[in-house]
Amino acid sequence: MIATREQVFAWLEDVKDPEVPVLSVVELGVVRDARVADDGTVTVTITPTYSGCPAMRVIEESIRDALLLHGAPNVVVQTVFTPAWTTDWIPESAEAKLEAYGIAPPGPTRADDELVPLRRVSASVRCPFCKSARTSLRTEFGSTSCKALWTCHECTQPFEAFKAI
Amino acid sequence: MSSPHAALFPALLRIADDRLVLGHRTSEWCGHGPILEEDIALANIALDLIGQANLMLQHAGSVEGAGRDQDALAFFREAIDFRNALLCELPRGDFGVTIARHFFHGLYSVLQWEALSRSTDTTVAGIAAKALKESRYHVRHAGEWVIRLGDGTDESHRRAQDAVDLLWPYTGELFMQPADEAELVASGLTADVSTLQAPWRAQVDDVLRRATLSAPDGVWMQRGGRDGRHTEHLGHMLAEMQIVARSHPGAAW
Repeated sequence: MIATREQVFAWLEDVKDPEVPVLSVVELGVVRDARVADDGTVTVTITPTYSGCPAMRVIEESIRDALLLHGAPNVVVQTVFTPAWTTDWIPESAEAKLEAYGIAPPGPTRADDELVPLRRVSASVRCPFCKSARTSLRTEFGSTSCKALWTCHECTQPFEAFKAI
Repeated sequence: MSSPHAALFPALLRIADDRLVLGHRTSEWCGHGPILEEDIALANIALDLIGQANLMLQHAGSVEGAGRDQDALAFFREAIDFRNALLCELPRGDFGVTIARHFFHGLYSVLQWEALSRSTDTTVAGIAAKALKESRYHVRHAGEWVIRLGDGTDESHRRAQDAVDLLWPYTGELFMQPADEAELVASGLTADVSTLQAPWRAQVDDVLRRATLSAPDGVWMQRGGRDGRHTEHLGHMLAEMQIVARSHPGAAW
């Protein structure tokens, strides 16, 4: 069976990030391209989010399994590093899903020129639970590489936020 | 041995081994961090470093063309075959030593990845562009702690200064350009690390000043790691790091 590129992308919308199961690997920006050869072989190009992200191998396997299940005769998953992954690729529609799931979306990346600022001015992150902007960064390192830990001063709830990178 | 590719393999090992060895050292904190947030931060940083090493060793293995993958290169090489800077293999010390080392090496990493992101080897350039984003927040984390510890209590100041004094003699090696990389630099494959020293020193001085700490003057700089001459510490570290893979060669899980 020969699929179209659009079909492949539609199927991949069902493949979720194992650590953020509300986002698909397409919404996450991990899937960079998909090509279908004349013999039906599907080649999917992916890019890693973080160098050490343990989810990447699972994502690769999930992509292969999903496409084989949809009848692709052969699936090749290729990893590319250029251009480097950025959260700017996550569409607004996906950001709303993230917030509804309880994770503050990343917002736009900013160029921070000073490597070690004396007093960091963090972009305001809205609490995903009570929507207050009275929040502060607790630590840049969270339960996964892609998330930071924040505290809301309105509802006093700690919450995770996707790092803009 | 005069073709650029013969020298590319050891050059890639120098990049990878820094991250592998420092990453493993950092992972030693897992479960022992001074506060929960730092335990998680150090585990995250270790993961990033080992991830960077994994990608670079994979590339080194394909450049070498001898059938060794990243696991073979990480777990089945002897200390004498490692090319990391001595700074990365020193024992983790207290939290102050760990933070000072991450600051010194992290800043070097940012500058090195920046330069390598312009490599004419597209794989090196791609890995570097990705790793650069990670190293930027690693050095931000370490630098903020250097300031906090240095400009903190008498005790934290003393220990932060001790850490700087202890590690300083090992920072010079980062900027000693290996002789066998001359052709690689000329062809744009790798970066000349000696050019990174001045911008590194400027940033270090700025942060140390804000931390009320000082860099020692006129210290003899240690070297050897880039050529496979290591301290006694690396062998012990590798014994621990490699034992599972060596006890069960070929095992998969």
